[in-house]
Amino acid sequence: MSPSALLVVERLSKHFGAFQALDGLSLKLASGEILGLVGPNGSGKTTAINVISGVYTADAGTIHFDGQPVGGLPIHRRAHLGINRTFQVPKPFKGLTVSENLEIAAVYSGAGRDEIGKCLEFLELAPLAGREAASLNSAQQKRLDLARALIARPRLLLVDELAAGLNPAELQRMAQTLMTIASSGVALLVVEHLLSFLRELTSRVVVMDAGREIFEGPLDVAARDPQVIDIFLGG
Amino acid sequence: MDYWAKGCGLPRGGWYSVGVVALFIVLPFVYGNHDLLFNMMMYLALAQGINVLFGFTGYLPFGYVGFFGSGAYGASLAVLLLHLPPVLALLVGAVIAVLLALLLAPLLRLSGAYFAIASLAASEVVYYIVSNPHLESLTQGPYGISLARAYDADASYAAMVVVLALAFGVVVYLRNSHLGLALQAIREEPVSAEFAGVNVVRERTCAWLLSAALAGLAGGTYAWHVSVFYPKSVFDLNISVFAIVFTLFGGVATLLGPIVGTLLLYGLYNWIGISQPEYFQLVFGIVIVMLVLFLPNGLASLLRRVNVHVP
Repeated sequence: MSPSALLVVERLSKHFGAFQALDGLSLKLASGEILGLVGPNGSGKTTAINVISGVYTADAGTIHFDGQPVGGLPIHRRAHLGINRTFQVPKPFKGLTVSENLEIAAVYSGAGRDEIGKCLEFLELAPLAGREAASLNSAQQKRLDLARALIARPRLLLVDELAAGLNPAELQRMAQTLMTIASSGVALLVVEHLLSFLRELTSRVVVMDAGREIFEGPLDVAARDPQVIDIFLGG
Repeated sequence: MDYWAKGCGLPRGGWYSVGVVALFIVLPFVYGNHDLLFNMMMYLALAQGINVLFGFTGYLPFGYVGFFGSGAYGASLAVLLLHLPPVLALLVGAVIAVLLALLLAPLLRLSGAYFAIASLAASEVVYYIVSNPHLESLTQGPYGISLARAYDADASYAAMVVVLALAFGVVVYLRNSHLGLALQAIREEPVSAEFAGVNVVRERTCAWLLSAALAGLAGGTYAWHVSVFYPKSVFDLNISVFAIVFTLFGGVATLLGPIVGTLLLYGLYNWIGISQPEYFQLVFGIVIVMLVLFLPNGLASLLRRVNVHVP
């Protein structure tokens, strides 16, 4: 195991009935690093995030976080250790205010009012602090989802298709936001379909197909790899 | 969150609780129908018990009466078999209800209608066990319980005042505490709540047990007050339905909603029941249908629409 790796995933497998969603996936991620996870629909990207974050239990394989095995821990224990995530379809606490959405996570992370205020400012949610989360638009709910994850003080943040549905200006700001988060030492595993968005964040990607890693390396090299081209173009 | 109302020394909603409890302390001196007042308090407490579970976690327990009945039987048998004084026996009733809730805790893996139906079935099972003639030596089977020697209308009334204060206290605490906020988060999005760091299983079970304890206390106090009862009367599904409707009518996850809902609907129930008993079911049915159609989030939602905070 690499001494600098914060997250080490080895031979992770997960099946749903006859469908093998993950088939021996391995990857490593260091603090402050951004790793892109790309692949066609059904390739296992979101399942990988779900297994690493504890939503699903792996059938086989290991997950080490900061040298500690976390594969058997429930979600909240992983969150306390510093593993957190956003959702492809944001899941805020819709009946609560924006501020209360963050207060819940702050209780368990020890974040104070100042930190909540800074987080709201950072994600441009401060003017909406007293509004019910249900009244926010999709882009605002995505930022709230991210804010809830950040206030839990993550060391590893799993980002699931955060860019989907954002306009170009919002994409630009979101990329900047994620890079700022990474520069503070948080490791980011970013599942993304929008390769142009991913290119702004990182050069290192893992390409998945049928639950397996078929490429790991720079995004530009992946774009010229015949196997990667083949699975994306369906040839 | 502003946990404490500024300058008044009580958490938000605390003064409303004190006011309602004080009202039920004073009313017996000016109003003669003490049984009506007692039943009103009982439903106020049960509505808050439903509120703790449904309002804060989203679980609708149609079988809530199972805890009420087990509390009634637990307290009664503690008086009859263990010869405990009634006040201590009430605690035994609460403990029995909590033990039943622990036994039924796996039901919390279900959700929505499945949970509602499963909890109803569980309360029916408890009813059939309690009323089984083969258990006559222990529960008196279908022949009912008599606590005639322990009967004390004034003391049992005072005990229900305490139960009511306790029920309000629990909801005021939840309305103003991190636990209450965590429970509301669980109700909204359990998976996101886990990622916020909430131990969903533990907190949800905590609300379930608190809710059961309140029903157990109310059931035991009811048994003491009526002193003679049959299994059917303390495992009557109407008790669950009334408490649920009163809670929903006022508005869940608030302190005031279930209070207003109970005072209005139980008042209406008694008014129609006495003045126009033949129209009672019709009017009550219409009220419930109107509630579901036009005010699914209760009266409290009307105030929220005009930005009035409901404690």
